[in-house]
Amino acid sequence: MADAARSLVCVNRRAPHGSIIAQEALEVVLLGAAFEQRVSLLFMDDGVYQLKRGQDTASLGVKDFARAFRALDLYDLERIALSRRCLEARGLNEDDLLIAVQLLDDAQIAALLDGADVVLSF
Amino acid sequence: MATLHTVNRSPHAAPALVSCLRMALPGHALVLLEDGVYAAVAADAGSAQLRDAQPGVAVYALGADLAARGIAADTLLPGVEVVDYESFVDLACRYDKVQAWI
Repeated sequence: MADAARSLVCVNRRAPHGSIIAQEALEVVLLGAAFEQRVSLLFMDDGVYQLKRGQDTASLGVKDFARAFRALDLYDLERIALSRRCLEARGLNEDDLLIAVQLLDDAQIAALLDGADVVLSF
Repeated sequence: MATLHTVNRSPHAAPALVSCLRMALPGHALVLLEDGVYAAVAADAGSAQLRDAQPGVAVYALGADLAARGIAADTLLPGVEVVDYESFVDLACRYDKVQAWI
């Protein structure tokens, strides 16, 4: 495994603007992908709010980092996955999301995490 | 004393709203701000906590925090009033004290 790119799963479980954590996670993902690691992004729990459409942070005076999710296409990520259960619990569906994701059930998420060389939690 | 409560935590991530509503009495008011505003979204399971709120407790949500999270005013629970920062300050002055459920 020493030479091969390692598989990295970044688990995003925090809402976007209440803390800096979501923004930091995205930076790590972009960095990891730039270094040719096999990076996957997983959104669950309040992390699914990060991908909600229509976020306008102008009146908060903070960076609208959700825009950067649209640039993820350029980074050749392994997969962008999101918990279907957590999405539905928040009254949201695929049409509410900024970018295309794979909706996974709990068993699929468990398998994704189980298969990762490294799990980074945010 | 008439208290203005504030909740800034997501209803899915912390028990702040549940604890607040347990202690809020008629005549008190609640301002949802930061991640607390998710509790005001009618379709969000987190809003179940608010539905059980004490009648007589006025509920407000901070507009700037709704906008930052992509939440439209017409998706909120009926009865939740959207306020701007100035109105928030007015509320804080109008009530005897502010209790933050951080």
